[in-house]
Amino acid sequence: MVTGPMAREDRVRIRADRERCAASGLCVLLVPGVFEQSDEDGRVTLRTGEAAGDQVARVRAAASRCPTGAISLSER
Amino acid sequence: MPKTQVIPVDVRRDRLGPVDELRQLRATAPVTPAETVPGLAHRPTWLVTGHAEVREVLGDSGRFRTRPPADSEADSRQLMQPGNLLHFDPPEHGRLRKMFTPEFTVKRMRRLEPRIQAIVDDFLDLMEQAGPPADLMRQFAQPVAGMIICDLLGVPLDDYAILARYGNMLRDGSRPRKERMAAGAGLMNYFAAHETRLRAAPDEELLGMLVREQGDSLSHEELAGFAIALLNAGLDNTSAMIGLGTLALLEHPDQLGLLRERPELVGNAVEELLRYISVIPTASPRTAVVDVRLAGELIRQGDRVRCSLMSANRDAATCPEPDRLDITREPAPHVAFGHGIHHCLGAPLARLEMRLVYQALFCRFPTLKLAVPAEDVRFRIAPSKVVFSLEALPVVW
Repeated sequence: MVTGPMAREDRVRIRADRERCAASGLCVLLVPGVFEQSDEDGRVTLRTGEAAGDQVARVRAAASRCPTGAISLSER
Repeated sequence: MPKTQVIPVDVRRDRLGPVDELRQLRATAPVTPAETVPGLAHRPTWLVTGHAEVREVLGDSGRFRTRPPADSEADSRQLMQPGNLLHFDPPEHGRLRKMFTPEFTVKRMRRLEPRIQAIVDDFLDLMEQAGPPADLMRQFAQPVAGMIICDLLGVPLDDYAILARYGNMLRDGSRPRKERMAAGAGLMNYFAAHETRLRAAPDEELLGMLVREQGDSLSHEELAGFAIALLNAGLDNTSAMIGLGTLALLEHPDQLGLLRERPELVGNAVEELLRYISVIPTASPRTAVVDVRLAGELIRQGDRVRCSLMSANRDAATCPEPDRLDITREPAPHVAFGHGIHHCLGAPLARLEMRLVYQALFCRFPTLKLAVPAEDVRFRIAPSKVVFSLEALPVVW
């Protein structure tokens, strides 16, 4: 059984604030499976509301690098 | 007598890297009173060199404005260039940026890929036919960057030379003001004529799409101003990155070898070169809207703030061993494209261009090397030029 910090790392819920988004496209390049850009306004849209396993680290990197802090994560 | 211009510490270089003095500042005083910016001598100026502090300033468009400061609202308006995103703060900035962002999505850029590849291959053909030695800046980096930006804008590719000449004059702060104004007017006229054609028959290219989709909500001045801002960034910043990135790889044969063995590393290599070189050494100056305390210093309302992107990118808070070029590292959270709402609009295009260029260049010329001793490579560092670049890059193969 996985306990402690490992379990927390395992799965995160993702939120994207489209108002803050500056459409840098960075998240789409880093984790194309999770983030997308709208054709309408170039801003972020989510393909999925959560990430698990290997993807978590990359989603964290995308969130920390987002130029406008538009991506927020919460532990499940 | 000519004025002697002091090159500020954040603009000076030790070859590709920062000078030691900048490193020392970061270590001892990440926010420090700076040499004043010419023309704004009466305003106290700060230099910010720490990664966290740079991100804090650039990420806070509420407390740090980017529009040109002036003594009055009217003066400030006068200095603002319509369509130049870097001259506007929220909410006006948002209105403009929203119009432009759909034209720069990652997906849209991928559609340009075959056209960019064709331009890159054409100039590699020409260089190969002409034979060594070559000046990689003049024969490759500059025309490739110029034609790609023309292609994106939707103006004839062959116009790149005339647009580049105007653009170079406009950006060259050492030229008389009158000449620069004339170059600016030349560009405005060029794009005004192009717009007239587009209003009659909009095409599918970037400016055509803007005319089609934004109609009258985008003024003539804004459309031309936006085109000029794109042109300048596309010409100068991109050709600088092509030349300097090539030089950095040639000077790190182990890294170049890795890239040859593992072409899938090219995306990482692009990020690392952007970080390592930081062609734009310092972000456009910000002005504090209120008193702000940062790293123990009190930045007063109205003070100017210069954020050193180069220094932030070489801060150990960005990545381990920041002064080492390592294309295998996890892409570091660099600020080469800036940070916050003014993050480079053209970043997806720049990344794509770099990737295609480095791949194609080293594949075409596996034996590419400098034609002169490394110490004879002439860098372009001058206070009148915002972007760090090369005067020339002589190569043989």
